[in-house]
Amino acid sequence: MSKLERSSLYQLTMVRFRLFLREPEAIFWIFVFPVLLAVGLGLAFRNRPPDVLQVGATTAQLASALAADKGLTTTTISEPEGAHALAAGKILLLAIQTPDGVAYEYDDTNPDARTARMVVDRAVQTAAGRRESVPVQNRLVRETGSRYIDFVVPGLLGMNLMGSAIWGMGFSIVESRQKKLLKRLVASPMPRWQYLASYLLARLSMLVIEVVGFLGFAWLVFGVPFRGSLWQLGFLCVLTSLAFSAVGLLVASRAKTMEAASGLMNLVMLPMWILSGVFFSASRFPAVIQPVVRALPLTAAIDALRGNMLQGLNLWQLTTQMAILLTWLVVAFTISLRIFRWR
Amino acid sequence: MLANASTQENGPSLLLRGLRKSFADVVAVDGLDLEVKRGECFGLLGPNGAGKTTTIEICEGLTPPDAGTVELLGLNWATGGDQLRQRTGIQLQETQFPDKLTVDETLRLFRSFFRRGLSIDESIRTAQLEEKRHARVGTLSGGQKQRLAMACALVGDPELLFLDEPTTGLDPQARRNLWDLVDGLKQSGRTIILTTHYMDEAERLCDRVAIMDHGRLIALDSPEQLIASLGGEHIVEFSISGNDGNRGLLDAAFLTGITGVMSHRVDAGLHQLSVRQLHTTVPLIFAALAAQGLHLSDFRTHSATLEDVFVGLTGRNLRDE
Repeated sequence: MSKLERSSLYQLTMVRFRLFLREPEAIFWIFVFPVLLAVGLGLAFRNRPPDVLQVGATTAQLASALAADKGLTTTTISEPEGAHALAAGKILLLAIQTPDGVAYEYDDTNPDARTARMVVDRAVQTAAGRRESVPVQNRLVRETGSRYIDFVVPGLLGMNLMGSAIWGMGFSIVESRQKKLLKRLVASPMPRWQYLASYLLARLSMLVIEVVGFLGFAWLVFGVPFRGSLWQLGFLCVLTSLAFSAVGLLVASRAKTMEAASGLMNLVMLPMWILSGVFFSASRFPAVIQPVVRALPLTAAIDALRGNMLQGLNLWQLTTQMAILLTWLVVAFTISLRIFRWR
Repeated sequence: MLANASTQENGPSLLLRGLRKSFADVVAVDGLDLEVKRGECFGLLGPNGAGKTTTIEICEGLTPPDAGTVELLGLNWATGGDQLRQRTGIQLQETQFPDKLTVDETLRLFRSFFRRGLSIDESIRTAQLEEKRHARVGTLSGGQKQRLAMACALVGDPELLFLDEPTTGLDPQARRNLWDLVDGLKQSGRTIILTTHYMDEAERLCDRVAIMDHGRLIALDSPEQLIASLGGEHIVEFSISGNDGNRGLLDAAFLTGITGVMSHRVDAGLHQLSVRQLHTTVPLIFAALAAQGLHLSDFRTHSATLEDVFVGLTGRNLRDE
């Protein structure tokens, strides 16, 4: 055996890897699920091109007036046929040439039809020579970074870092305790610190695959922006993962059965899934509970990740969030080492 | 210094003095004194709840005693813990190794904790797990899992080996395999301390046994001596039928009065006599019962075992618990 193979820290860490890689469900939840979620949300909230409204006009002259507006697709159609198309929902509005002007037939309870009514009327009036009394300019904002997918990717990343750290620490430790493996290990000459260190080492190595895979996907497929420095983003991921590992260790420090641990983990994570702004901004919660929401580690993590990726903030501008994460890390780790049950 | 070193070499492997341990209001170990010599295979026997596991876990350094001293290989857990863990091998009652690791990987992990010890090949060979070397632990049978636990206990080449109920829950074939394994370890000169509630296991493996009950030592000797202490090497068991009125007459004095009967006890209508020589005493028993007008409804004999010793000492069967 090589010197590395004789090292108990190496063997313990390898055991963590092997057990993780031989658990297909764990691989799915940590590596595949976040990508699937991002794809699903990306599809659901994709930014479509501005909708083109289908309308009909009874004369060619009217139709050409409407065709001048890019937001409209106009078909020339007879009045009875147009009424039929309107009823069938093929067109939103039928513009009818009347002797003394134009009549619009549409359903005023349908918002799209009301929009069509305004756009068509503007085109008709413009064609007739109307001028705007106030000069206006349209400035369109469609850049990457303000889309929903850009908002949700750092949220999903934070959620994933929380989940993998807490499940990863919690389940294996409690399982080892329940199966009396922990007791067998402490009866051997294994240095106890190495047992916990092996979890952290394995976690940090897996973190690289997890983060690079997920963010790489988000970058390639959705073009999610990375405005901050990448090494600082990496640092934030490591800090987040360590803070949640400490929380996971705390959850696992006393529980004797998997059921108890599972309940505790859900109790810890569920409020954060809701409150910490994964899918929508945490600032939507009432001001009364904002101090609580801000103090949660997941809120701090997601705020920091969004700050780095979307706003391009550097670490100095994220000290509050980092301080919150560091506090969770130190407090949770200290308490768990105090109360950890080895048997 | 030299004197000290020589005590370490020749002194007892295990020395317990006035050991006490209670959990809440249950006294698990109630003042235990014990000495196990180097190279001895020593058995702690007793029914479930007798305090065997608590005693062995105190010896293993897993449970601190409430009172008393524990000395292993001339060291104690408070000052020599690290060294003791390197020099002892432990198999616990209910360790489940991770199902998804292979035998080889599990042993590599345990080997890495020890500064010196057996090679992986050697420990796999000792535990006769060659064919299962690359099989996952989850696919092993109960006996193979137990042999893996033994291999993990042996991988540090320990001077002192603790086995806590090594064959509980195994089928007879797997038990015999494990006994052969322990026999092999005895040959190599290790001190082995095992707990069991199987009396046949203790008789088969142990040089000396300590019988425990309610946290106390009630007997301590070699299996042969303990059996001999019954007074007879054979046990005659019988029950009688008919003539209910006469049943009361069949008292202990009458039975022990028969020549060759060393002791008598009755349990749920079954009389047990310990007898030195079957061929001379049994005819006398038949004659005596016939003279009383009693009919046998059941009659058996067997060689006395540690089970009979336990029954003789406590008045209870081991399996009653």
